[in-house]
Amino acid sequence: MNELLSGFIEAGRLIVSLDADLAEITLRSLHVTLTAVFFASAIGLPVGGLLAVTRFRWRRHVIAVVNALMGLPPVVVGLVVYILFSRAGPFGVLGLLFTPTAMIIAQIIIVTPLVVSISHQAIRELWAEYHDLLISMNASKRQRIATLIYDGRRALLTASLAGFGRAIGEVGAIMIVGGNIDHATRVLTTAIALETSKGNFPLALGLGFVLIGLAVGVNFAIHNILRTERASLW
Amino acid sequence: MNLRLAVCLFFASIACENAWGDTLRLAVTTSFHNSGLSDILLPIIGEDLDIEVHLLVVGTGQALRLGRAGDVDALLVHSKSAEEKFVENGYATHRREIMYNDFVLIGRAADPAKVAEAETAVDAFSSIASAEATFVSRGDDSGTHNAELSLWRDARLNPNGFGEWYRAVGAGMGAALNTASGMDAYILADRASWLNFGNKGDLVILFEGDSALFNQYSFLPIDPVRHPHVKGVLANRLEEWLAGPRAGKIIDGYRLGGESLFTHNARN
Repeated sequence: MNELLSGFIEAGRLIVSLDADLAEITLRSLHVTLTAVFFASAIGLPVGGLLAVTRFRWRRHVIAVVNALMGLPPVVVGLVVYILFSRAGPFGVLGLLFTPTAMIIAQIIIVTPLVVSISHQAIRELWAEYHDLLISMNASKRQRIATLIYDGRRALLTASLAGFGRAIGEVGAIMIVGGNIDHATRVLTTAIALETSKGNFPLALGLGFVLIGLAVGVNFAIHNILRTERASLW
Repeated sequence: MNLRLAVCLFFASIACENAWGDTLRLAVTTSFHNSGLSDILLPIIGEDLDIEVHLLVVGTGQALRLGRAGDVDALLVHSKSAEEKFVENGYATHRREIMYNDFVLIGRAADPAKVAEAETAVDAFSSIASAEATFVSRGDDSGTHNAELSLWRDARLNPNGFGEWYRAVGAGMGAALNTASGMDAYILADRASWLNFGNKGDLVILFEGDSALFNQYSFLPIDPVRHPHVKGVLANRLEEWLAGPRAGKIIDGYRLGGESLFTHNARN
């Protein structure tokens, strides 16, 4: 119990003293995860929409596979990305291993199935409602998906935020492809793993509380910007 | 519209990472990093040589793998036979001894296997095995793990035949120490990691000072002929600096809790 308390105190001290290293790794965590979630959403939302409005032969199987991929083990994703981007691997010439870009790529792979799956669920329900209207207006497939994504934007926000939640707390993949290099690829989660391995539990816990606070803060900020859950608007 | 923005952002993020100047990737062992010496050395290297050293903190086994693939520019590791094989196979141009410290045998103060009374490190290991006292092994092909295995070998024992009391955790030095602390087990650790470790619990140093516990650290630059992208010139400059008198003074003078940790022994 004492250690939890000292973790809280350490978190408070880090924040109040505006610790430079903390600011750096926090910003890097945000940079990596937000970029990954942005790309995952740019890919995942339209794909989710497409899966909802089109009918093709293997559709049920594709949906089942996407749902299963939500549980993709990050360590395995990290290892695969590592092998691909290692100097000995096919993309080695790019020199991207142990850079934030490699971490972003790994997180895109982890997050995209989650975004596809949740957005597909949300859009499918909206599609049932809009089906007759959009068909009677003779909207093209592209227009249908665009309309559904726009009108379903608040539900789709949940898909992106779930992706953010999975990515911000993820350590297995980014530890492998980033290498936890100080001042280059160290983020909050890998710093927590490092401090734990040093037996420095108060600092590790302090960083953990900062991470939780960050996740809550980002969610609040996005809800505020988009003005969801207000009486006048949905 | 979103797509164009996305593509721009992606290339911008790649571009800003390649904008760094002279950076060198050095794979080091967890024991070197946990000692805290790297925190002292890196800023001075930055000032003296204008090289930004990026440390990849891994076990010696993984460091050698990174070197083989050309993912780092140089290694600072501690497992002599594995290093010599690495040079022999042509992955590194040579091996330069830089400094040494020593391993210590850690365990619960009550000392059920009475290793504190042992004459040699090999005797200490034998008595742990005959008492079947819980022992945590790194089990990760690191330099410390190799040192432990060679001690078992010298005691004419084979860890593969050990029972439940022998726990191979497959983790770094710190994580293994955390496990040993939780199980009140015996463990072989390098002195630097031990002194810097924050979760000692009931554990203390029980055996130290045998020459079999000597731990040599060496610098291995990756062969730029095999991997043309490797920064061979920077690695050589760093090697000369590490082997030089200025680094020697800093390394010899580094103290933790009043104890001197490393001894510089590079030959020029």
